[in-house]
Amino acid sequence: MELVTLNFIYLLASISFILGIKMLGSPKTARKGNLIAAFGMILAILVTIFVYPSIHHIEVSKLKYTLIFGAIIIGTIIGWSIALKVAMTKMPELVSFFNGMGGATAGLIGLLEFSHNLGNTSKISMIVAGLVIGSISFSGSMIAWGKLSGKFRKPIRLPKYNLLNTFIAVIIIILSIYIVTAEINNPVYLYILFILALMYGIMFVLPIGGADMPVVISLLNSFTGLAAAFGGFLYENMVMLTGGILVGSAGTILTLAMTKAMNRSLSAVIFGEFGEGSAISGSDNQVSGNIKEISPSDVAILLNYAQKVIIIPGYGLAVAQAQHVIHELEELLTNKGVDVKYAIHPVAGRMPGHMNVLLAEANVDYDKLVDMDDINSEFPNTDVVLVVGANDVVNPAAKNDPNSPIYGMPILDAELAKNIIVNKRSMNPGYAGIQNELFFNEKNSMLFGDAKVVFTKIVQELKSM
Amino acid sequence: MEQIIEFINQNIQMIYIVILMIFVGVELISHVPAVLHTPLMSGANAIHGVVIIGAILVMLHMDDEYILGLSIGFLAMILGTLNVVGGFVVTDRMLDMFKTKK
Repeated sequence: MELVTLNFIYLLASISFILGIKMLGSPKTARKGNLIAAFGMILAILVTIFVYPSIHHIEVSKLKYTLIFGAIIIGTIIGWSIALKVAMTKMPELVSFFNGMGGATAGLIGLLEFSHNLGNTSKISMIVAGLVIGSISFSGSMIAWGKLSGKFRKPIRLPKYNLLNTFIAVIIIILSIYIVTAEINNPVYLYILFILALMYGIMFVLPIGGADMPVVISLLNSFTGLAAAFGGFLYENMVMLTGGILVGSAGTILTLAMTKAMNRSLSAVIFGEFGEGSAISGSDNQVSGNIKEISPSDVAILLNYAQKVIIIPGYGLAVAQAQHVIHELEELLTNKGVDVKYAIHPVAGRMPGHMNVLLAEANVDYDKLVDMDDINSEFPNTDVVLVVGANDVVNPAAKNDPNSPIYGMPILDAELAKNIIVNKRSMNPGYAGIQNELFFNEKNSMLFGDAKVVFTKIVQELKSM
Repeated sequence: MEQIIEFINQNIQMIYIVILMIFVGVELISHVPAVLHTPLMSGANAIHGVVIIGAILVMLHMDDEYILGLSIGFLAMILGTLNVVGGFVVTDRMLDMFKTKK
């Protein structure tokens, strides 16, 4: 009877995960989907704690119950408060942080289960695989988290890092196979493997530039899913298996969708073909000319007489926390009869959908956010395009310059609009490190300054008109 | 080689599940608008927190005398809970902002 209960609840939880992910795919049902998956997770956890021991005739001591519930309470308090406290601009690194926690859990499980399963080749291979992937995911996510929160932004490249990383990867694979096939009993080998995997995670993410970080986080996300699935195999636990594989495969597809939107191959991201060398040579050669500056009050006048305005938000908007003032501007213009829309590039910000989350925070109407493919045809009859803190996603070099590292990436056709206004803090190139010829376009004016400050001025000017 | 065949024979049901789940995951994601990619990634991130079940099983099977093992298991459970709770709460917070107001 108890076994039936356990299996039934696990089945229910697995269904809740599938349903949850499905519902997360549509704006109307997304929130409910998340709650359904969370509910399934709680059921699966409770049934494991209370029903599993009696099936396997385990006497659970008071000490263990105290530790188990203590851990859950501590984890819940910390996790909940971090999740509520962190600003929406910090979302990508937060996902990375929580992902690392899951990876660490998988790694620690591997360390603990090794000695219990000696001699069972298939279980040992699951343990080793879960340990390696979980540990890589942990250390890699921590580096990604550090990079995105600005602790160290520049890609750090050791000499011949590709060779070095491949070398470590090969050693990890050989050592793993050795531990499994030679039926090693000495846990020291496992500890060495653990440390090597942690090192690999660090060295794998360190050379990758900030612009590629979302792809890396998504990849590490599917890694952790895979590590959980290996745990499922190890314990013959169906809910771990289904949940893990689901995230593993969904995460991989999401990763590929992201690389596609950036027109980069996954191998280019990992092996760093976005090298600084190519970025520098791209920036010097083709781009030159004069740039025009514009003052906030001139922008206000321009906007006041426009009929159609498109706003292109980027990460700079998030950094400046300008989403609220942008929304104020949009409402003000809409009340004056101007048609205002937001053009969302698939990889604007630091994660796909990052801009949507940010603008939603500022209460921007969901219908005003238009995807790249739908809005690109509207640029030619747009009076003013406001580029706020975006750069690479409007760089015409992606279309015109075969030598540019971003050549082929789909972009927003801002250059087709009648007037272009680019708000940036300085002339520094964007995250990809490439100069933008749009800035030298004769229809373009640069509005220098912090987005929040200058747009607050524009709003004030507009109000007085 | 023999071991691989034996492994497949022993785990054929789980292998079926793995293959079917891979297709389910691919299908589910390929119809999602880019708008929802961040919440989706965050939601998927919370779901792989299911690895905490493994940490609970480790704890349940652990010898009460083995202090180091209990401490590592305890740590693993805290981290796993962080993944689950943090993941779901953050996703909910993100989606809360998508409220459609007409």
